[in-house]
Amino acid sequence: MPNTKPRVALFVTCLVDLHRPSVGFAAIKLLEQAGCHVEVPRAQTCCGQPAYNSGDRATARELCRGLLDAFGGYDYVVVPSGSCGGMLREHMPHLFDDDPNTSARADALAARTYELVSFLTDVMGVKSVDAAYAGTVTYHDSCAGLRELGIKAQPRALLASVDGLKLTELADAEVCCGFGGTFCVKYPEISVRMVSDKTKSIAATGADTLLAGDMGCLLNMAGRLKREGSPVKTRHVAEVLAGITGDLPPIGEGRG
Amino acid sequence: MHINSPKFKANVTHALADTRLQKALDFTRPSFAGRRGAAVANLPEFEQLRDIGRDIKNHTLAHLDFYLETWAANVEKAGGHVHWCSTADEARAAVLKICQDAGARTVTKGKSMISEELGINEHLEKHGIAPVETDLGEYILQIRDEGPSHIIAPAFHLNREDWEESFRKVHTDLPADRVFNERRDILTEARTRLREKFLAADVGITGANFLIAETGSSVIVTNEGNGDLTQTLPKVHIALASIEKVVPTLEDATSLLRLLARSATGQDFSVYTTFSTGARRQHDLDGPGEYHVVLIDNGRSNMLGTEFQEMLRCIRCAACMNHCPVYFTVGGHSYGWVYPGPMGSVLTPSLIGVDKAGHLPNASTFCGKCESVCPVKIPLPKLMRHWREREFERHLSPQSSRTNLALWAWFARRPGFYRLATRIGAAILGRLGRRKGRFQWLPFASGWTDGRDLPAPEGETFFARYAREQREKNS
Repeated sequence: MPNTKPRVALFVTCLVDLHRPSVGFAAIKLLEQAGCHVEVPRAQTCCGQPAYNSGDRATARELCRGLLDAFGGYDYVVVPSGSCGGMLREHMPHLFDDDPNTSARADALAARTYELVSFLTDVMGVKSVDAAYAGTVTYHDSCAGLRELGIKAQPRALLASVDGLKLTELADAEVCCGFGGTFCVKYPEISVRMVSDKTKSIAATGADTLLAGDMGCLLNMAGRLKREGSPVKTRHVAEVLAGITGDLPPIGEGRG
Repeated sequence: MHINSPKFKANVTHALADTRLQKALDFTRPSFAGRRGAAVANLPEFEQLRDIGRDIKNHTLAHLDFYLETWAANVEKAGGHVHWCSTADEARAAVLKICQDAGARTVTKGKSMISEELGINEHLEKHGIAPVETDLGEYILQIRDEGPSHIIAPAFHLNREDWEESFRKVHTDLPADRVFNERRDILTEARTRLREKFLAADVGITGANFLIAETGSSVIVTNEGNGDLTQTLPKVHIALASIEKVVPTLEDATSLLRLLARSATGQDFSVYTTFSTGARRQHDLDGPGEYHVVLIDNGRSNMLGTEFQEMLRCIRCAACMNHCPVYFTVGGHSYGWVYPGPMGSVLTPSLIGVDKAGHLPNASTFCGKCESVCPVKIPLPKLMRHWREREFERHLSPQSSRTNLALWAWFARRPGFYRLATRIGAAILGRLGRRKGRFQWLPFASGWTDGRDLPAPEGETFFARYAREQREKNS
């Protein structure tokens, strides 16, 4: 009954597009398994967060206006990132507070937008996934997903259904990894110290794999782990849930 | 207080290399957050209290003129004096005049951040009056000629060795075999020295946690009892208070007190909570002969009616800095002025100018932890973002980042060009990094690669691969 399937637009996010396209394909697979009809609107680039958090409200607004057009008419918009999801749900509508013509559309889009994993559990009622991963993983709660969208239990619930996977909790899992968007290159000394605290906690878990739901944090943590020569593998949680880790090297690791 | 905020980056480099400071930060970090967490867990209505606290403050700020006038009338009625001061200069002059009128030579002081903001100590010293800090932390900082690094634990950046070293420098009569192994040893030494000062002081200066409009009272909370000795023993008590300290009623003050100690130190209540109303009356057993409140604006009224008004809700509990990963990486002195951490990153630009304090609202990852623990729900990341907007409008942000942002925005607004550019970029980086999967160095990326590897992209962008797979499916 294809007509009853919710029409879901995937917002790929700029980092997944550029850096880790497999996460986008993992998202499509998970959404389709959950019974969604998935489309990828072409006229999307970025949620505008780099401009928004740099104080350039005008550019942020312009980019978000583009998203209102690109993502109008779908039942849901799903994002494999708590940070971009938080931008669209919590921040984007306020960019149009003084524009009553657009404000209602912005509110409507915000209300239909979900982060991937919480969408699967909270909206589609997914309780388990069909995937296997042999290893001990630990999970970092990315800040925006955790504090803006309340994502904490959802990834753990789905990870518990992955065959062979053992989850060991990370001390200070809710403490920021130091990425912070442009913060990580504007204040690299602080950022590197923060991510070094994080890699210490990761090492202390004894896990062989680190998971999280945001590419920014993942690139930061993977980058530091590799610089330290750590054997810990880093992956987006969607890769594990979709069971596509077999021929996809972990973040920051090569094919040769 | 001297402004070091423009040198934030240099301050950070210094702080990261300071092994003693880093030791103190690592030592304290877990206990601050842990204690608040335990206290909050024990009070089921804590979340509702936060709403109540926010509402009390919002209501008061919306009617600030009314409550300040009511409060001042009640202070006068109780025999006290109110000195309305718009600027730091006026406040310093008012304090000096009261001290001089009292013929003061020694002034004891309770811990007060607004005193640091105004530079009261330097001003009194310049005029031949000796201020003595009586809060344990402030006492050692005065000896060391340092500013506070935290708004409620001003000297927590010091280790035990630092305390002994400083005591020995000024208490030259200390026997060489005197031990300073325990906290108690430090406390005993300070207490003995301070006891004489309390008795000798002519004027006592404290801050105020709250001013209560309906009674004309000022309230201070301390854990050492030094504030009470400061305000009751000398002939004259001066309370320094900024305009946003006023609350309408005693009940409002007690609601906020329930939030304050839990948020600050994880105590249900501070050890001493003292209400001062007017001067000593005829039949009172003790108390000062004169009670003055120096009421200070110093830039705060400029925040009213702006997007920064919410910052005036702050009750100075320090929960934001106690939970801030940036604060615990760089320490309080890096922020370069009186108020560090997230609350300082919003307040400091308001008080000294964003041209001087521009780094502070930028040096945040917007992790949101500060807002989640704020007892009066100040949206600190949002307010920091507003400062970034002001900086962007005034072209105060660095030219290089503005250029990068403009270039990125040009592409991001044009999906077609953006696709092309990302496709080329990802292909090149993907090819170069295919074997190792990461880069240890890349041109123009030292901000990233100095301390981290840069993971290489997979090589084909999502949109390129998606288009290819769709074509393959359809053919």
